[in-house]
Amino acid sequence: MPEIEASHPLPSSSPSQTLKKLPREKAFYFFTSIGNYTGESAASLEEFLEKIKGVSIKSLEFHLYREDFEKWIAQTLEDKELAQEIQNLRNMNLSGDNLRDQIYLTVSKRYEKIKHEL
Amino acid sequence: MRIKGQATDLDDLDWKILQALQENARWTYTEIGRRLGVAHSTVYERIRRLEHHGIIKKYTAVVDFEKADLRQVTAIMTVFTDPKESENVAAKLSEFKEVLEVFTSLSEELLIIAKVVAEDPDKLHSFIAQSVAPLEGVLRIRTSIITRKYKEHNFIVKRS
Repeated sequence: MPEIEASHPLPSSSPSQTLKKLPREKAFYFFTSIGNYTGESAASLEEFLEKIKGVSIKSLEFHLYREDFEKWIAQTLEDKELAQEIQNLRNMNLSGDNLRDQIYLTVSKRYEKIKHEL
Repeated sequence: MRIKGQATDLDDLDWKILQALQENARWTYTEIGRRLGVAHSTVYERIRRLEHHGIIKKYTAVVDFEKADLRQVTAIMTVFTDPKESENVAAKLSEFKEVLEVFTSLSEELLIIAKVVAEDPDKLHSFIAQSVAPLEGVLRIRTSIITRKYKEHNFIVKRS
């Protein structure tokens, strides 16, 4: 399995950066397909975790397999570890509710760990 | 042609000249005059006045992108907005080079409809995700990529 560094040079993880509230232009916007925005967005890891529970499976699949989640987590939240975990999920070819559950579990574990580190 | 405040009252000949120019803006005054049965000097004078009053805004070229081998994606984007922010959203959309046309429409909700171009579907998506979705007041967006064009004309419809 290729490491995420191969495609995206990543900075070191920083717990405070990962948990901070982002401006609108840096938030994650949930789409269901090209150009079709659901109206849901997340401006922090905490909001992202919350939205994973509610957005459509179609939106989760669209972004996971376009590598949008891992890019946003790596480049904007600057969390190399979580980006790698999301990439690992992508490589498992999950779909449907199983996909939602696994993304939620992965992000929530990471979120709790970072909060504990602070 | 009569000027009434901001509006301009065009007569039948003005409309016919405008239609002729929209069919082919490179026709000479003589050619237009011959087609309409009036002197070329009349056509010249009418066009000069239409230009002067801003009714003719500019002359442009219609490019066949397929023949020019300019591969690009064209999409119709419908932006659902908070009514309080729709003017701002329309104004901001109008500033992007990727956005060719912007309209507002009131159906069940207030909508902004825009024609958007990009090099490919990925760039179209990036533009919408990074530049349109974050605009204050954007509630959601529906985008349809155009797959085939059957007709495109900007011809005026003459009022009867």
